[in-house]
Amino acid sequence: MNANTENARPKGRRFQLDPKFEAYKGVWVFVEQERGEVHPVSWELLGEGRKLADQLGAVLGAVILGGGEEEALADALEKACEEAIGFGADLVYLATGEVLADYRNETYTSALTDLVNTHKPEILMLGATTLGRDLAGSVATTLGTGLTADCTELDIDPETRSLMATRPTFGGSLLCTIQTLNYRPQMATVRPRVMAMPAVDPARSGEIVRSGFGMSEDDVLAKVLEFIPDEAREGAQLPYAEIIVSGGLGMGKPENFKLLFDLAGVLGAEVGASRPVIQAGWVEADRQVGQTGKTVRPRLYIAAGISGAVQHRVGMEGSDVIVAINSDPQAPIFDFATYGIVGDAVQIVPALTEAFRKRLAVTRAAS
Amino acid sequence: MHIVVCIKQVPDSAQIRIHPVTNTIMRQGVPAIVNPYDMFALEEALRVRDRLGGGKVTVLTMGPPTAEAALRKSLSLGADDAVLLTDRLFAGSDTLATSFALSQAILRLSEQEPVDIVFTGKQTIDGDTAQVGPGIATRLNLNLLTYVAKIEKVDPEAGSIRVHRRAEGGVQVLEAPMPCLITLLEGVNTLRHGSMPDMFRAARTQITRWGREDAGIDDPTRIGLKGSPTVVTKVFAPKPTAEPATQLEVAGRSPADVAADLVERLFDDSGDLERLLLRQAG
Repeated sequence: MNANTENARPKGRRFQLDPKFEAYKGVWVFVEQERGEVHPVSWELLGEGRKLADQLGAVLGAVILGGGEEEALADALEKACEEAIGFGADLVYLATGEVLADYRNETYTSALTDLVNTHKPEILMLGATTLGRDLAGSVATTLGTGLTADCTELDIDPETRSLMATRPTFGGSLLCTIQTLNYRPQMATVRPRVMAMPAVDPARSGEIVRSGFGMSEDDVLAKVLEFIPDEAREGAQLPYAEIIVSGGLGMGKPENFKLLFDLAGVLGAEVGASRPVIQAGWVEADRQVGQTGKTVRPRLYIAAGISGAVQHRVGMEGSDVIVAINSDPQAPIFDFATYGIVGDAVQIVPALTEAFRKRLAVTRAAS
Repeated sequence: MHIVVCIKQVPDSAQIRIHPVTNTIMRQGVPAIVNPYDMFALEEALRVRDRLGGGKVTVLTMGPPTAEAALRKSLSLGADDAVLLTDRLFAGSDTLATSFALSQAILRLSEQEPVDIVFTGKQTIDGDTAQVGPGIATRLNLNLLTYVAKIEKVDPEAGSIRVHRRAEGGVQVLEAPMPCLITLLEGVNTLRHGSMPDMFRAARTQITRWGREDAGIDDPTRIGLKGSPTVVTKVFAPKPTAEPATQLEVAGRSPADVAADLVERLFDDSGDLERLLLRQAG
């Protein structure tokens, strides 16, 4: 926590970048890959990074770390480099080494810190995933620089040319803008789905800067014994779901969540929930949408019995279409939803399930 | 086995209100609680100690003198010792300065008895950064094990620990030497109830307070506002950008009619949505 959240910028304090940091130029995005698969948040960040780099008149770099014996993995890393360029990178720094095959804090912190110290970017962004948060905290501490977590808006301060990182604070009830004025690089993490996915341009060209990471397995203390992949398509899928049906305390009781699962079944949707529902233990914690849960931006978000407190709103207001069902006509969710239905969600949801089922059956029969 | 658990006292964010005119936080009457994520860490630390049949759990917090309440709570649950890191000079610390202060205090604790494991919660509910744990580990050169869901084995003889940690798309089973720092995932254990003797002990104990110098911090520019590279330059309320919802007529209509109306409108507005639904549900 930034304990200084409430302190405004001290008046009269001058901000002068130390000359040793003047060489720091360019915007970097850490492209997160595991077993050859790139996390989409990395592409979202490249889209945002492109805008920041253009504002600064600077170069956009992508950093990819990886390794391993398999040829398929090497191909995947090459493909990731090409894709990073397609998504807007001018330069891709690819560092490979046997110890980078699996993510480990020790090796990745060392590899990324080395690259930063060699090439000196002014901004470094990472996805606020489990991997990204683990890595960002260590890298920022090693470099002794500022890091702002879970940013929802990034901009350049025209006066100081420094990064203005805005994030929700106090459960989303306030926003604060945080700057790292005297240190470089300025680091920030952004949660998946907070920034829009940019268009890819396969014709873009860029340069790949390759380097080897020399650490050997004998030097690494933490050993990966096993990786157990998630089997079920669970709540973890929420951030990238196209349709989400979410429930709040207005669903009345835990058993009524079945109504939401029924609707989700007809729509091919994922089921989400508000924080009070999670706290009451009605559904698994990884279904939580909101500031302390997941950020989502589906094409359609149906909020049933959710009041729309700021804490929930910040996690889902990026949805294309929001349908709100709530018995309280004054519920804040009606202030920003696309469509509102004042009524008991327990009555409306099953009616919706039926209506969608019928309509889709008709469309299907006609096509 | 010496285990240190770092906890934080936070305002109960569910009860925070914002002053409508000044946009400042109205703290009056907002109760302070122990960051809920930290309680999972404390419980896990106590379990490790109990499983090994001995050892010491020290709880550490940085905060104002009133944060003592969080430490007493921990003692009542069975923690062996508690230290409150409190000094006006710590005020305004960001995550980098906070991890510095805590790591210095842990070094001091380690002089009393070498520390094997440091536990923290996954993140706090007021800052949500998840940065302080990794920061402490990096400063003290501890093996960092974040988002731990399960501690499979602690081997004090071999000085190693085996954990399951949540990674993207799966669970990583890691073995690392101690000392290490573990940030614990929420919901992986159930907090115990305190015993009567522990409750009495918690109420009576004189809590150790350390100021900057007690914690062995010589350089005051590394803590508080001076030691914080990040600066909050603006605090503001989210602007109400969106337009209010188009309300569907509900008076005198059945849920089925309202639902059919909604589906009609959704599909009329966006043919894409209909195609998407057909594909998704397909």
